[in-house]
Amino acid sequence: MKTPRLPPWLGGLLSGRSAVVGIPYAWLLAFFLLPFLILAKISVSEMENVVFKNLISYQDGLLTLQLKLSNYVFITEDALYLKTYLASLEYAAATTVLCLLIGYPFAYFMARARATVQPVLLMLVMLPFWTSFLLRVYAWKGLLGEGGWVADALVATGIDQLLYAAGLIAAPGKLLHTPFSLVLGMAYTYLPFMILPLYGTLAKMDLRLLEAAADLGANPWVAFWRITVPLSKAGIIAGSMLVFIPCVGEFVIPELLGGPETLMIGRVVWDEFFSNNDWPMASAVAVVMVLLIIVPLALFNKYQAEAQEAGR
Amino acid sequence: MSALPPSAPAAGADAAYLSIQDVVKDFGGHKAVDHVSLDIAKGEIFALLGSSGCGKTTLLRMLAGFEQPTSGRIVLNGRDLAAMPPYERPINMMFQSYALFPHLTVWQNIAFGLQREGLPRDQTAARVEAMLKLVQLGKFAQRKPHQLSGGQQQRVALARSLAKQPQMLLLDEPLGALDKKLREETQIELVNIIEQVGVTCVMVTHDQEEAMTMASRIAIMSEGRLLQVGVPADIYETPATAFVADFIGNVNLMPGTVTADEADHVVVDCADCKHYVGHGITGTLGMPVTIALRPEKIHVSRHKPHEDFNTARGTIKEMSYFGSFTVYHVELASGARLKVSQANTARHKDDALTWGDAVWAHWSRSAHVVLTR
Repeated sequence: MKTPRLPPWLGGLLSGRSAVVGIPYAWLLAFFLLPFLILAKISVSEMENVVFKNLISYQDGLLTLQLKLSNYVFITEDALYLKTYLASLEYAAATTVLCLLIGYPFAYFMARARATVQPVLLMLVMLPFWTSFLLRVYAWKGLLGEGGWVADALVATGIDQLLYAAGLIAAPGKLLHTPFSLVLGMAYTYLPFMILPLYGTLAKMDLRLLEAAADLGANPWVAFWRITVPLSKAGIIAGSMLVFIPCVGEFVIPELLGGPETLMIGRVVWDEFFSNNDWPMASAVAVVMVLLIIVPLALFNKYQAEAQEAGR
Repeated sequence: MSALPPSAPAAGADAAYLSIQDVVKDFGGHKAVDHVSLDIAKGEIFALLGSSGCGKTTLLRMLAGFEQPTSGRIVLNGRDLAAMPPYERPINMMFQSYALFPHLTVWQNIAFGLQREGLPRDQTAARVEAMLKLVQLGKFAQRKPHQLSGGQQQRVALARSLAKQPQMLLLDEPLGALDKKLREETQIELVNIIEQVGVTCVMVTHDQEEAMTMASRIAIMSEGRLLQVGVPADIYETPATAFVADFIGNVNLMPGTVTADEADHVVVDCADCKHYVGHGITGTLGMPVTIALRPEKIHVSRHKPHEDFNTARGTIKEMSYFGSFTVYHVELASGARLKVSQANTARHKDDALTWGDAVWAHWSRSAHVVLTR
């Protein structure tokens, strides 16, 4: 039986290759780019009672494009927004650094563990995903609240004094609803996203390079900084992006573990949407946030492309 | 066993520069290196030759310090290396497949060892430039390893291992990653560079041609033991055991018995022929021995030779044409096959030997090696 001949353009469209590439693109187009454009449109729209006015109108032979930029102007004028954006970036950065400090040694020893143990360790890293993220974050409330185990341990060891001295908690002994508990909660939640890409790059590293470094007179410490760390750069960047980007817009963790002074941008978006019902303003805040995230992402992609070109 | 060609200049005459003393490496009950003792003189290029898994790489890795001997001592230039970690040893290695640092340029790769030494910047630069010149890679200093061809990478690896002016250079399958043509060119170039620098060198290879061309002395290893150590010609012409004879080059092995044992000659009876060996052996009458005969030492023709000794009759069953020479497989009366290689000195001979021809094989009185083990 002869298969019916399709026109070349349709055949090309239906071929396996374009489907493999096309489906994710279609997905991103429909569920990311399109909503974002809608959001961007709302952010420059005028509200008229409960509906948005069209951006483009035609009346009496006059074609008008109306962009209401007052929301963006307001964002730049009100110090609250700027402060909140900066705070979001700061907490996200702190979380990323903490995840890197904890995750790198973890991923390193995992990658150097015996081959038979590695799948088990990998499983343990992913195990937290098996319970609800909300439950796990909520559990920290109990652990850090008054009488919680972790809180008691920190107080007993005097670590809370250090945290207080560093300005991370409001008063000794009071750990919950502070920058400390917020960053701890975010680091706890996003740690696997740091470990997995790091493990990926470290596990496939050629260990003979370390022998070569030792042969050339590098002690293990020097070999680590000169060879291992530079060669795991791609993993460090990927892990940092995976932690940093969602942390900037994080809403649930600041809500549960943060306090009055840890206002993050996710909270502001929520308030504008659901408390103030000011959709254009909320949209503007969200658009600025996305742009803030896209910049590092673009840098990341650029690096990836360069690394690809360099054959690494 | 016999009077043989002069030994190589470096062979054992000087006090040992590197001394491997009764070294054992035990990997959980499996002796990868089994009581190996070896002395290597200064300036020598020494090859450890053996098939994979014979322990040669383990021995090399113990010299570099990546493995610790289970027992025994390794002494370099009067210093015991046992307690020295790899990064303190005055030894550098050129790794199999080179292990160049992919994130560093050629220049930085070569400078890596010098920077670890804390050599001043200008001296480092001067040394790197000298190394680049030595391996003729000056133009490529700023390239990354992956932008180089296999042969260029090999030379970067060599430059990197020589940059620190080590007391000893280790080469792990130095040409294994190159294709045949390039390998032949590089062999000579590599030896030239090593001799120019004058560094003592231990190389590991499974390629006998590579070992023969490059090394001043060769050690044949099998199952963790040294079977024979000597200059390439000794190993080839005077193999100590049937294993070595078979391992190095092609050989015909014929079991037989000693039927005449005189001071200046012995006669060995084999299934298809009588061997008249033109020298005495340490053995007794009636002793079972193995005669080893290299294919190129045998001559085939359609005519019966004058002697009754050292000749066998057979039929050509197989022929392999290699261009410069042809290998004939001559089936003897007992069914055993004799490999004979003959140089193709003339073009398009009309009476050239061919399949099915009845021929006489003949060899000289000094062609044999009599193996007693």
